[in-house]
Amino acid sequence: MAYIDYYKTLGVSKTASEADIKKAYRKLARKHHPDLNPNDKLAEKKFKEINEANEVLSNPENRKKYDKYGEHWQHAEEYEKAKQQEQYQQNYQGSSGGYSEEDFSDFFGNMFGGRASTGSSRQVKFRGQDFNAELQLDLKDVYTSHKRTLTVNNKNIRITIPAGIENGQTIKIKGHGGKGVNGGPNGDLYIQFSVLNHSKFKRDKDNLYVTIDLDLYKALLGGEFMVDTFNGKVKLNIKPETQNGTQVKLKGKGFTKYKKEDQFGDLYITYQIKIPTDLSEKEKTLIKELQKLR
Amino acid sequence: METQDLIPIQILCNQYKIPVSFINTLQEFQLIEIIVENEGFYIHNKQIKEVEKMIRLHYDLDINIEGVDAIYNLLKQVKSLKQEITMLHNRLRLYEDL
Repeated sequence: MAYIDYYKTLGVSKTASEADIKKAYRKLARKHHPDLNPNDKLAEKKFKEINEANEVLSNPENRKKYDKYGEHWQHAEEYEKAKQQEQYQQNYQGSSGGYSEEDFSDFFGNMFGGRASTGSSRQVKFRGQDFNAELQLDLKDVYTSHKRTLTVNNKNIRITIPAGIENGQTIKIKGHGGKGVNGGPNGDLYIQFSVLNHSKFKRDKDNLYVTIDLDLYKALLGGEFMVDTFNGKVKLNIKPETQNGTQVKLKGKGFTKYKKEDQFGDLYITYQIKIPTDLSEKEKTLIKELQKLR
Repeated sequence: METQDLIPIQILCNQYKIPVSFINTLQEFQLIEIIVENEGFYIHNKQIKEVEKMIRLHYDLDINIEGVDAIYNLLKQVKSLKQEITMLHNRLRLYEDL
């Protein structure tokens, strides 16, 4: 286990007074407290480190042990016992075995566990910490509501992902966050959705936008045209003399409205008229004749 | 309003080991809303999360009520700006490939 210099964590010297430690802790805690830095994992990690350092250094007895035993301060008594036993064995049995520096680390390393830090000495009940998770989905996944099983902190949670959820939207799963402190209620789990769009449709809330290529003659003369919507094809009637960039709206052919699976937004189609290329001599002649008519 | 959603202020203060005056001050700063029903004073359970946050800011971080007020309002602004950024990102995607 890597040695953590709690003095360095709090930015104080080894000779710092209790008041200096308290002052340094308060200053850093105000900077990195999760309440002041929502959804900032780095700040949360830093705050835990500060808390851990403060827990040790603000208690004179723990600080003394830490100064003597370093990161193994919690097991100082066990170490002393082990040391005494070793001395006993050496003195009375002439044993050459014992605890080397490496043994020391392994011995305590196995016993050294994580501690919950609350940063508060008041024994009051608090809600558990809120957890944040991100879930990536494809646009087609959120066209309809569906169920999905997520694993959060080794627990499987089955959730319903409502149709029409937006990219960046967050939903709350009550009681699936961290455990409450001193018997307080559990925190909540916040899932932020990242909705990736690999389709040719652009989405703005429940409206969809698409640009389609239209050949020149269909634009000039009009006619029928099959167009892809998000859930199938529809036949469109193209008006004669349709201009480039014309936008038409297909009502109810857009994306599912949030939590309303039977209601849909609109689909906006923009026509991009393709001008023929590689014209033959005959085509050029005919177009010139057309030009003369205008 | 469902009465089971209301938490008596006295119980709340006992639970968090804080004086009632702290809750009253939060109300004076319009940070929370106190509900009066049948001559009792209550807080809606939807506000508990925010109240806990303010307790932590005040008692654990030693921030005075004026500071809590400023922080609380700034955090609300940050949240609203983050939502706006997300919405603008989504709209920008409409034009990104053009």
